[in-house]
Amino acid sequence: MSPVSRGFRRKREAAPADRVPPGQYVTKDFPVLSAGPTPHTPLTQWSFSITGGSETKTWTWEEFRALPTEQVTTDIHCVTRWSKLDTMWEGVSLDVLLGAVEYDARYVLAFSDGGYTTNMPVADLLGGKAWVAYGYGGGPLGAEHGGPARLLVPHLYFWKSAKWVRGLRLREVDEPGFWENYGYHIYGDPWREQRYAGD
Amino acid sequence: MDEETLDGNAIGGLLMEVFGAEMTTAVATCGSCGAARQVAELPVYMPGLGTVARCRSCESVLMVFTKVHRVTCVDLMGLASLG
Amino acid sequence: MAGTAVRGRLSWQTATVGSVMDETARVRTLRLEVPDWFGPSAGQHRAGQHVDIRLTADDGYQAERAYSIASAPGEPLAITVERLDDGEVSPYLTEQVRTGDQLEVRGPIGGYFVWEPGSGSGGPLLLAAGGSGVVPLRAILRERSRTGNSVPVRLLYSSRSFQDVIYSSEFDSPPEGVKVIYTLTRSQPRMWQGYARRVDEQMLAEVAWPAADRPLAYVCGPTSFVESVAAGLVKLGYPAGRVKTERFGATGG
Repeated sequence: MSPVSRGFRRKREAAPADRVPPGQYVTKDFPVLSAGPTPHTPLTQWSFSITGGSETKTWTWEEFRALPTEQVTTDIHCVTRWSKLDTMWEGVSLDVLLGAVEYDARYVLAFSDGGYTTNMPVADLLGGKAWVAYGYGGGPLGAEHGGPARLLVPHLYFWKSAKWVRGLRLREVDEPGFWENYGYHIYGDPWREQRYAGD
Repeated sequence: MDEETLDGNAIGGLLMEVFGAEMTTAVATCGSCGAARQVAELPVYMPGLGTVARCRSCESVLMVFTKVHRVTCVDLMGLASLG
Repeated sequence: MAGTAVRGRLSWQTATVGSVMDETARVRTLRLEVPDWFGPSAGQHRAGQHVDIRLTADDGYQAERAYSIASAPGEPLAITVERLDDGEVSPYLTEQVRTGDQLEVRGPIGGYFVWEPGSGSGGPLLLAAGGSGVVPLRAILRERSRTGNSVPVRLLYSSRSFQDVIYSSEFDSPPEGVKVIYTLTRSQPRMWQGYARRVDEQMLAEVAWPAADRPLAYVCGPTSFVESVAAGLVKLGYPAGRVKTERFGATGG
């Protein structure tokens, strides 16, 4: 049993009662947490692709930015237990992107510059629940937070909102991505506290 | 190099826990590009979900450590050798 | 005896804070009492090593951090901690902790960023410190004094201001053979004649031992400092294998 260090406590802000999933605390910070170096892909070389449907569909940065966009205000929840409320984003809905593709797959593997991957059911990207976000807090999304564009899937733990996203691979099977391979939950619902495999 | 990036010195304690020995002077050889470096000099990322040590030359993932329900999971598959 | 030493290294031990001393407005040295901290004959640790510290809150929440050992082998164990404004552990250790408080210690840890007499095979030492990166280098200097070693040393110490210099009383009267060169990057005292900018290649060319002297370099501090200085030394002809680095991530200084 570890001795208690008198007076030590976790940094936390007051949390409005039912806004925060179990085991989370609210922070005003936006921690920069990455598994690798920040990529710096020039916009002239950037593209977003959806593969695994009847045809591969690719957008250049100009084509992507010409798509209809939305402003989103949402809470985000990291599996490391911090939650950030009322974060403001701007992005293209996955309803628009997936709507441009014919497919019958049920799962996706999202992939990013630098090799990061994460997986989820297609259904969790549809119905106004997910975006490819290029704006944060009223300005362009900074590179350290995933810019030029990241996946934003706020109803799942934030490791699923892949930074530096470059596309989706549609799959028949729910193939685990980077952290899912190392014991994190295959789905990751913060409201059911699905942090680790088997939770 | 990003400001938050550490190096293998920072995981000396974790490596002692996992290997039972001081490992920061062990030479890690990258399975992708063959570069060989002491563990202490590898770039290390600790994003809270786990610890990732990469090759300094090609940035491939060499080692990943996570702690799932108090069990440490170790993946060394990015290494050609360590020692 | 060997079995006891291994157990001491791998497991967490309870430490009691013996004393605290404020070095600067943001930096504090804590002396730690650890009952099984290696046998008395073993010299306790090697200069340059660190310990892992673990704190436990009364709700069971735990946080771990690594801190360089500020003391030389044989001296009472001490760590020096800089308060990071958005930190979770450092504000506690620098502002709240009192003599008698308990925390856990694991270590000593590290076999790479260490120095003892004979390291470097006779060449002079170049120590480069960015902010709190000076802590393990100070342990190296204290070990050099403790062992009566006379290897020539130049310490290049980058700090935001003179008020932020840690261990200034030791560095103001350095031992024979040790030269301390400050660079104060944000503000300088009136009449300051020394360097007043971030370390760059020009400064290294003026301060560092020539590569022909076969120096051994230890570079410690924020990641950007270490990257810049290490690259600069290699450009001056230091073999990469003679530049030891320890990156503290994104910290002040």
